[in-house]
Amino acid sequence: MAAFVSIRNLRKFYGSFEALKGIDLEIEKGEVVCVVGPSGSGKSTLIRCINRLEPFSDDSEIRVDDIPVMPGRALAKVRAEVGMVFQSFNLFPHLTVRENVMLAPRRVRGTSRAEAARQADRLLARVGIGEQADKYPEHLSGGQQQRVAIARALAMEPQVMLFDEPTSALDPEMVGEVLDVMRDLAGTGVTMVVVTHEMGFASQVADRVIFMDGGEVIETGPPDQVLSNPREPRTQNFLSAVLNH
Amino acid sequence: MDIFETFLNAEVLLRTWPLLLEGLWVTVQLGAASIVAGLVLGLFLSMVRLYAVTPLRLLTRLYIDIFRSIPLLVLLIIVYYALPFVGLRLSPFASAMTALTLVSGAYTAEIFRAGIEAIPKGQFEASAALGLSYRQTMVDVILPQAIKIVIPPLTNNSINVVKDTALASVVAMPDLLKQATQAQALAANPSPLIGAAVIYIAFLWPLVAMVSRMERRFGARSR
Ligand SMILES: Nc1ncnc2c1ncn2[C@@H]1O[C@H](COP(=O)(O)OP(=O)(O)OP(=O)(O)O)[C@@H](O)[C@H]1O
Ligand SMILES: [Mg+2]
Repeated sequence: MAAFVSIRNLRKFYGSFEALKGIDLEIEKGEVVCVVGPSGSGKSTLIRCINRLEPFSDDSEIRVDDIPVMPGRALAKVRAEVGMVFQSFNLFPHLTVRENVMLAPRRVRGTSRAEAARQADRLLARVGIGEQADKYPEHLSGGQQQRVAIARALAMEPQVMLFDEPTSALDPEMVGEVLDVMRDLAGTGVTMVVVTHEMGFASQVADRVIFMDGGEVIETGPPDQVLSNPREPRTQNFLSAVLNH
Repeated sequence: MDIFETFLNAEVLLRTWPLLLEGLWVTVQLGAASIVAGLVLGLFLSMVRLYAVTPLRLLTRLYIDIFRSIPLLVLLIIVYYALPFVGLRLSPFASAMTALTLVSGAYTAEIFRAGIEAIPKGQFEASAALGLSYRQTMVDVILPQAIKIVIPPLTNNSINVVKDTALASVVAMPDLLKQATQAQALAANPSPLIGAAVIYIAFLWPLVAMVSRMERRFGARSR
């Protein structure tokens, strides 16, 4: 059987600029993959291609659960299976926290209001903000908002969760609470692809670390290899820059 | 006291009051119908302008620019006096409503576009990532947020539409202004005209005040 997420020769152009230069990547079910690399290396672009928030070249192929990620009907199926958490939370400001979590199940899955509300409350309790369900996002701290965003994505019961620097917009004292939720999630068997600068999280939680630079995967392997004993000079340079700052 | 006799003649006003009220009713009907039709047209145009294929987008832009440039009076006269030459004969009410709607639609299209474009890209991305369709994204996420942004300018536009209904008197629409000028001729006294002006002001002042209040509130919040 093929990998759960399979990426073949992924190329992405912004105009004439090649942001991804032919990425090949297989992610197994339940695997937690952390993507690291310098700014502009294409990390966000890579994970945004997985649910096709970014269109990519026709000669590239991405499959999720064996469904090709192409425009059309199949894309809706893929997106229902792939949850995403953004650096800037992107909660819906006109809806309460509970309604944020309920919206997609109700509209996409046709879940009843009562059932969606029960599920939302369960998920909000799970990420530790059961008490805030009736508030609007603007009244929550950044860490709480990001946990709502995680609950909102989980409400669609995704097979894969994509995280694009989920803690980079947070005040330092709130990073921990979000990473804790993600660590719990990794323990439940959800496949996760996490773009992060949190090397501690990557080394503890990741099954595999991918180092990217200039639109290419430079090095990939278990965290104690890539993060502690990198083979490639570019990985070494990046890590020493990160650790010394 | 001659001034009062001339411009605010109570006896004349009392006598012509029913005529003015009839006119007001026509003005209200024409204003309301044109505002609603203009909103529908504007929403439709803004969607095409933002999301349709390029040729259609260019076409709506052309439409919007033309109908924001043409003087309403000119358009109204074309609709009422020129269209009959190609066999299209509209009643004064239909002519006025057509002209008002075509122009109001162009303005509201731009208002809706600006409102939608003010919504951060992340809202579209979060919706797409959750699997919401384009229609669901619009109805459940984008439009509810855009509405708050567009209400003050839409109210402004509605005020303008109601004001512009007065132009319909040139195509023999028995609206408030027309009735007032007729009453003035009948009574040989300008008091009905003053009465009409006061009615326009009394009718629109609350809306003007509402827009100012909303703009102050939104302004205060965004700062
Ligand atoms: N919409 C766009 N238009 C043009 N170029 C873009 C666009 N988005 C990204 N790029 C370019 O593509 C490259 C990869 O961008 P990407 O956002 O994937 O980097 P990243 O690794 O996520 O960086 P960061 O750590 O800063 O988030 C960069 O050089 C960036 O300038
Ligand atoms: Mg990025």
